[in-house]
Amino acid sequence: MAAYNAMELMICVASRLLEDGATVAVGTGGPCATAMLAQKTHAPNLYIMFEAGGMAPQLPSMPISVGDSRTFYRGLMATGMCDVMEACQRGVVDYAFLGGGQIDAYGNLNSTVIGDYDHPKVRFPGSGGANDFASFCWHTLIMTQHDARRFVERVDFLTSPGYLTGAGAREEAGLPPNTGPYRVITDLAVMGFDEKTKRMQVEYLHPGVSFEQVQQNTGFEMLQGDEVHETQPPSEGELRVLREQVDPHGYLIGRA
Amino acid sequence: MNRSGNGPLFMNPDPDEARAFFRNKKVALTDKVMSVKEAVSRFVNDGDYLGSGGFGTNRIATAALHEIVRQKKCDLGFAGHTTTHDFQILAAGNRGGEKVLARVDAAYIVGLEARGLSPQARRIMQSGEVDVCEWTNYALACRLQAAAMGVSFLPVRSMFGTDTFEHSAAKEIDCPFTGQKVMAVPALSPDVSVIHVHESDCYGNCRIYGITMADLELARASKRVIVTAEKIVTTDAIRERPYDTVIPSFCVDAVCDVPFGSYPGNMPGEYFSDEDHLKVWMAVEADEAQYDAFLEKHIYGVSHFSEYLTRCGGEERIAILRAQELNVGDA
Repeated sequence: MAAYNAMELMICVASRLLEDGATVAVGTGGPCATAMLAQKTHAPNLYIMFEAGGMAPQLPSMPISVGDSRTFYRGLMATGMCDVMEACQRGVVDYAFLGGGQIDAYGNLNSTVIGDYDHPKVRFPGSGGANDFASFCWHTLIMTQHDARRFVERVDFLTSPGYLTGAGAREEAGLPPNTGPYRVITDLAVMGFDEKTKRMQVEYLHPGVSFEQVQQNTGFEMLQGDEVHETQPPSEGELRVLREQVDPHGYLIGRA
Repeated sequence: MNRSGNGPLFMNPDPDEARAFFRNKKVALTDKVMSVKEAVSRFVNDGDYLGSGGFGTNRIATAALHEIVRQKKCDLGFAGHTTTHDFQILAAGNRGGEKVLARVDAAYIVGLEARGLSPQARRIMQSGEVDVCEWTNYALACRLQAAAMGVSFLPVRSMFGTDTFEHSAAKEIDCPFTGQKVMAVPALSPDVSVIHVHESDCYGNCRIYGITMADLELARASKRVIVTAEKIVTTDAIRERPYDTVIPSFCVDAVCDVPFGSYPGNMPGEYFSDEDHLKVWMAVEADEAQYDAFLEKHIYGVSHFSEYLTRCGGEERIAILRAQELNVGDA
């Protein structure tokens, strides 16, 4: 079995969730690498969209910015933000794929401030396009490292909507129906959401990881799905493409 | 019950106020070519609300942003619509008692995407010296689109249920046709915007080769527009392919000839971003003395953008970035 690090595992596992022929709007960082890995392996017809206007590129390398020229390299269209966001808003786009700051049990995300809003300990960038993508796309995928500082009972600031306070809350708030978080991919596990309560539950544990370990690294009560499976580890092929083509400089995976 | 965000509304969304302004804006074809120094001096006033084109480190009007800081324009409002290095440049103006930025509509500020957070941009946003209103990228683009359309607001379906909404100036309303809730976002007409393009003629008819972010909306929404262009082309050339014109001359007040004007940002088809320079910028921000020396060397101690380019390695450096941009698929 091939050796791999936590970030490589996370990217490989997440990439398998993007099926060939799907549409995905990707955020900055990890999601860029993941979408590119999917495109270079099992999903050559993945339709990747970037919020600055890049549509269906054949990514030559991982974009550093979701608005750089690689986001429309050999693309099918170079357009603008409204065009991309409106495709999401009118229901065209299957997946929003976001990185996370803080996340709670309902998949609500914080990328705005740590601490009190008026006197923040840390000011982060804010929503960017994340709130829009998480509001509009049918399924939201989130990838983030798993620790109790990120997985919190209550986010300091609710930047982008998960299931808000639970079942029915999105619709009641005014968001398009039948949308919301779908999977959370971390370095420990893959989580989904309980059908009834819309709370996060473990569905796959990565090799060698126990449920207790996930709970210890989570600041809220983590649920277990009816069946918890073990994640298939990254294959030699996935790792080769990731290391040689997607991130050869090791920006994300930390290898050169 | 319909709810309203509690954030400050910095600009009047009344389209009649904008119409009264645009009525007196000259449409006639006049030569608008001038230096960046003159353009910023004439068209950016203290207290103005500023829009910045491009996308943070991509096709940004670096020369105009440096000039705004160099001329110590103060008390500006700002549309922070995926603003990364452009925000970082302006944040340099809030220093030593000076204050370029006073009000920010924030959709994406402070960070440089995968490159991390700017310590100095964080400092000015955490200190309380800048008033802030939260938005999303699409909401802010729609605010510009509303102003471009000449209407007072547009409906969107994001922001609901979040603190982003609570700290915005958006309002929930009922759709008069379906009864569904929609989020009304108010028109935003910046007093002045700076936009970098591939080509413009002397009147300001502009071409952009690549993604347009929110710049088509920004140019139309803004009362005054300063265009910096990689290249000035003839009006004959524009007339040969009118379908390539994406910003019409009547939106534009100044046209500045600034080759490599997006540096250290990426310019599609021309040069890639200078990641080394951006890394150094980020690193020196952590040390006050180093940061002051850096700003002196790159902004205050030069009189023209071309001198900044020279200090960053000049044509040799640009040649490397051009190769990175053009040979990207060869790997």
